[in-house]
Amino acid sequence: MSNKVVQAMYNDDDILMDAVKEVRAANYHIEEVYTPFPVHGLDKAMGLKGTRIAITAFMYGCVGLVFSVWMMDYMMIKDWPQDIGGKPSFTFIQNMPAFVPIMFEMTVFFAAHLMVITFYMRSRLWPFKEAENPDPRTTDDMFVMEVIIDGNEDELIAFLEKTGTVEIKVTEKH
Amino acid sequence: MYTFSSKLKTLSLALMIIGLLGVGYGFLSAPASVDEVKVLLQESHNAHGEIPATTSYAISESGDAVQSEDAHAEHVYHLLKNKPWSALYVALFFFFMISLGTLAFYAIQHVSQAGWSIVLFRVMEGITAYLPVGGVLLFVFFVLSATQNHLFTWMDPEVVANDVLIQNKTGYLNVPFFLGRAAFYILGWVLYRNYARKMTLAQDASTDLSNYRKLFKSSAAFLVFFLVTESMMSWDWIMSLDPHWYSTLFGWYVFSSLIVSAITTIALVSIYLKGKGYLEFVNNSHLHDLAKYMFGFSVFWAYLWFSQFMLIWYANIPEEVTYFVTRFNDYKVPFLGMVVLNFVFPLLILMNSDFKRVPWFIVTTGIIVLIGHYIDIFVMIMPATVGDQWFIGISEISSILLVLGIFIYVVFNEMTKAPLLAKGSPFIKESEHFHY
Repeated sequence: MSNKVVQAMYNDDDILMDAVKEVRAANYHIEEVYTPFPVHGLDKAMGLKGTRIAITAFMYGCVGLVFSVWMMDYMMIKDWPQDIGGKPSFTFIQNMPAFVPIMFEMTVFFAAHLMVITFYMRSRLWPFKEAENPDPRTTDDMFVMEVIIDGNEDELIAFLEKTGTVEIKVTEKH
Repeated sequence: MYTFSSKLKTLSLALMIIGLLGVGYGFLSAPASVDEVKVLLQESHNAHGEIPATTSYAISESGDAVQSEDAHAEHVYHLLKNKPWSALYVALFFFFMISLGTLAFYAIQHVSQAGWSIVLFRVMEGITAYLPVGGVLLFVFFVLSATQNHLFTWMDPEVVANDVLIQNKTGYLNVPFFLGRAAFYILGWVLYRNYARKMTLAQDASTDLSNYRKLFKSSAAFLVFFLVTESMMSWDWIMSLDPHWYSTLFGWYVFSSLIVSAITTIALVSIYLKGKGYLEFVNNSHLHDLAKYMFGFSVFWAYLWFSQFMLIWYANIPEEVTYFVTRFNDYKVPFLGMVVLNFVFPLLILMNSDFKRVPWFIVTTGIIVLIGHYIDIFVMIMPATVGDQWFIGISEISSILLVLGIFIYVVFNEMTKAPLLAKGSPFIKESEHFHY
C-alpha cells in the first residue's frame, strides 16, 4: 500500500511551488518532484535538507593540494631535478613559487571532478541508466509532483485537484 | 534619518586630537641632525655588542665604494626624517583608497543596474563623502612633499642630476605635471561623487526616471575614467617612490587592495548602523553578498600579489628583483604576514556560506582584513622611504588614529543629511525583498 503514489502534473513552476507548499501544509508526504529545469526555492519549499557537497568540495580541494605538493616534490626535486631558468631545485621550499600555479590547478581539478563524480554517485546516475522520471513530458514543459498515498486515496486526489493540477494519475511506485 | 550620536562624535574628535598629538610628537622626535643619528647608531651598536663594518642598506644609492660611517649616518638620518611623513602618507592613502574603492563599487552597482545593493546606497554615499576631504589632504601632502620631505626622490633635482634612469623619465616624473595629474584625478573623482549624490537625492523626490538615466550614463563614464586614472594614480603615488622599479600589473594590484578594503568598510558601517537600529531594511542576505565580495576580492588580491611576485622572481632581472629583495630582507614579517591576514584568514573563515550571514564573523574578519590591507599599503610605501628603519610606533599609530577620526566624522556626518533609504530608485522593492 505504501508504494502507491499519486502523480499530479502542473504546467507552470509558480503553480507548482504553491501546490508544494499547500500539500506540505496539509501534512501529505511528497515523495519527489520532477521538473524540466531547476526551480529556484523548490528545495526549501519541499523541506529538503541542505546539500553537503560544499564540505566534500573542501575536502577534495585539500586532497588535491596535498597531492600536488607530493607530485611536484617527487617529480621536480627528488626523481629528476632539472635546471629551469637557474631556479634552485635542491629543496621544495626554494622552488615553491614555481609550483604554486600547479598546486592551485590541482586543488581546483580535484575539487571540481570529484565533486561531479560525488554528485553522480549520490544521485545514482551512471551510463546506460534507465530514466527515473515517470513521464517523458517532465523533460519538456511539465512538472510532476509525486505524493505517497497514506490513508484515504480519494480525499488526497480531491485535495490535489484543487491545487491547480492539469492531470492526475495513480500508479504503483517500483 | 540618522542622527550622529554624540558618543561617536566625541570618539572621532578624541581620535583626531590624540592622533594629532602623536603625529606632532613623531615629527618633533625625528632626529634634527646627522650628529644625533651618529649617537643613536653608536648606542644601538653598543647595545648589540658588535660593530658591523658595513650594513646592507644599498637601496637606491649608487654604491660605488664602501660607504663610510658618515655616509651611513647621513643615510639613516634621511630615512628617520622620512618616517613620520611616510606614516602619515600611508594613513592618508589608506583611508582615501577606502573611499575611492567605495565610489568605484557604487558606480558598478549603478552601471550593472544591480537590484540587491540599493538599500546600501546611502551607506556608500556616506563613505565616499570622505573623498573630497581626503583628496584635499593628500594634495596638500603632495605639495609639501615637493618642498618639505624626500619621500619622492625624483622630486629632488640633486638626485635626478646623478641618475640617468630618472633623467629619462623626467618628461613624466616632474613636480608640476605630478601635481597637475593628482589634481586632475581627484577633481574627476570628486565631481562624479557629488553629481551621483545629487542625482540619487533628486531621484527620491522625482516622479520619472530621468535622474536615474543620467546616473546610469555618468556612472558608466566614470568607470572608464576611474580605471585609467586609478592605474595612473598607483604609478604616480606609490610606484614612483621606487623610481627605478616598475611592474605592469601594479594598478590592478592596488585596485584589488582598494576594492576589498572598500567592501569591508561598507559591511562594517552597515553592521554598525544596523546594530544601532537604523537600516532595518538591510537583511542578512545583503550582508551575505557583501561577505561574498570580501571573500572573492581577498582571493583576487592574493592572486595579484602572487602574480606580481612570481613573474619578477622567475625572470630575476636585477632592477625588478630589488623591490622584493628589500621586502624579504627588511620586511619579512609584514610582507608575508599580510598574506595570512589578507588571504588565508578570510579564505578559511568566510568559506562557509552560513558564516557569511553572521554579523560578528563579518566584523572580526573585516577588522583583520583592514589591518592586513593597511600593512599592504605600509609595505608598498615604507621600504622606499624609510628602508630598514621601519617600526610601527607612535607616528604610525597616531597617523591612523588622526585620519580615522576625520574619516568617521566626515562619513557619519554625511549620513545625517539624507534618509538612509534611497527610495526613489526603480529597483528599491527588489532590493528590500532581496533574499537568498
